[in-house]
Amino acid sequence: MTQITHHIPDPVLLSYASGALPHPFALVVAAHVSLCDECRARLGAHQAAGGMLLESSVSVAVSDTLKDRLLDKLAGPESDAGADQPDPFPPSGPYPAPVMQALDGCPPKWKSLGLGVRQSILHDGSDGNVRLLYIPAGRAMPKHGHNGLEMTLVLQGAFYDDTGHFAAGDVELADTDLDHQPVAGPDGPCICLAATDAPLRFHSWIPRLLQPFLRI
Amino acid sequence: MCEDLVASPPDMSLRDLIRTSWPTGPNLPACLCATALAGLECFWPGRSISRYQGPTDKFPWKRSPAMVNVVLLAPEDDENRRDVNKDPIQAISEQTGWMLAVRDRRDKHAFGRLFDFFAPRLKGMILRSGASAAEAEDIVQDVMLAVWHRADSFDPHRAQVSSWIYQIARNRQIDILRKTRRPVPEELKSDEAPEIDPLQVIALEQETKQLRAALDALSEDQRAMIEKAYLGELSHSEIQANTGLPLGTIKSRIRLALEKLRHELRGTRQP
Repeated sequence: MTQITHHIPDPVLLSYASGALPHPFALVVAAHVSLCDECRARLGAHQAAGGMLLESSVSVAVSDTLKDRLLDKLAGPESDAGADQPDPFPPSGPYPAPVMQALDGCPPKWKSLGLGVRQSILHDGSDGNVRLLYIPAGRAMPKHGHNGLEMTLVLQGAFYDDTGHFAAGDVELADTDLDHQPVAGPDGPCICLAATDAPLRFHSWIPRLLQPFLRI
Repeated sequence: MCEDLVASPPDMSLRDLIRTSWPTGPNLPACLCATALAGLECFWPGRSISRYQGPTDKFPWKRSPAMVNVVLLAPEDDENRRDVNKDPIQAISEQTGWMLAVRDRRDKHAFGRLFDFFAPRLKGMILRSGASAAEAEDIVQDVMLAVWHRADSFDPHRAQVSSWIYQIARNRQIDILRKTRRPVPEELKSDEAPEIDPLQVIALEQETKQLRAALDALSEDQRAMIEKAYLGELSHSEIQANTGLPLGTIKSRIRLALEKLRHELRGTRQP
């Protein structure tokens, strides 16, 4: 993997640590952290701060029987415990483990968006949506602005826009201030994980017309 | 090297000892015995804390379940040791010890100690997020079960027990209350727990203490803001880019541990 130069900003990383970050963005953060030890270490530092706050948070007595009930359960198998399970699907090809969990361990089910561009929607809900995008080498995406936040993580290949060049592992954050037209790099198809919490604002009428069907 | 350490002034702090003369490598155990003479406490997870008072060269390494399980406590902790529940700062090393006992020896007594310390605090933290008392207890139970079952992913080189449990608690709270599976980063773990590097563990503990001091020094407003941010009451757009917390040294320390782990993983996974 090339050197990662575009990282997750601190407020987003902190929000991920605290659990407040909406699901679509949380998937992008988890995928980026899987690839980037710098952000993994920064996340660890935020979790250290969170741990400090946990230690100093107000103690509220738990019911008398909780400890005994819990100790009784320790002998039981993990599956019966309902406890946090390790992730069952390992990373595969360009897809880090968290993306593989979102894909249920299967390859993406690509749907064509025209001109060779394909997408596979991983989650679409009231908290936003997150999808995989496949863009052929050199292909430009329609120019668009943002009604909210868009986070795009490059998983394979590269893209560039007015703000810079983004290679595998890099993440771009675009908000309401940025209008951009991402173009896939010339050396091969670009696969991205893109999350947004509000519909994009397309400049030309064709993508605008198709927007409801493409769920972008 | 050991002679040098024995000769060092007894009032030298552990941190100074580490920074000035503590070597790493195969000589480490012998040199740890030397520092024991300088007043360090030796703690075998799951047993009570005892001060080693014998001669340097008779340090009972063989009696510990495994060298990797020995955690040293700095002498400066000794004077102010207080009840765990009153002063978590002084107990950080004990927590690490309990957690390692759970991880390496499935020690239920040590788990009970972790429960006594963390369960009421977890409940307090979870209640703040608007859960009912019954929900909060369910989540506390679930989190502590995860602490037991996932103990093998605890790595004291990269995280304090409190950080690790905080992270599990935030994950489980979301999984349970929102009924969605929260995406988590790929786990970095070698097949066998790596040998404990006391130098790294103690350094991380020292840096966490400094973070705690910085947290305590914040103004009331700043502190309230930080609590809201870390307890999930602020959105990413409401969180200020600079929280005022000095996280740089801890980040660097964790980064080093990650590099070492990556190196080990490469070593074991080569065909």
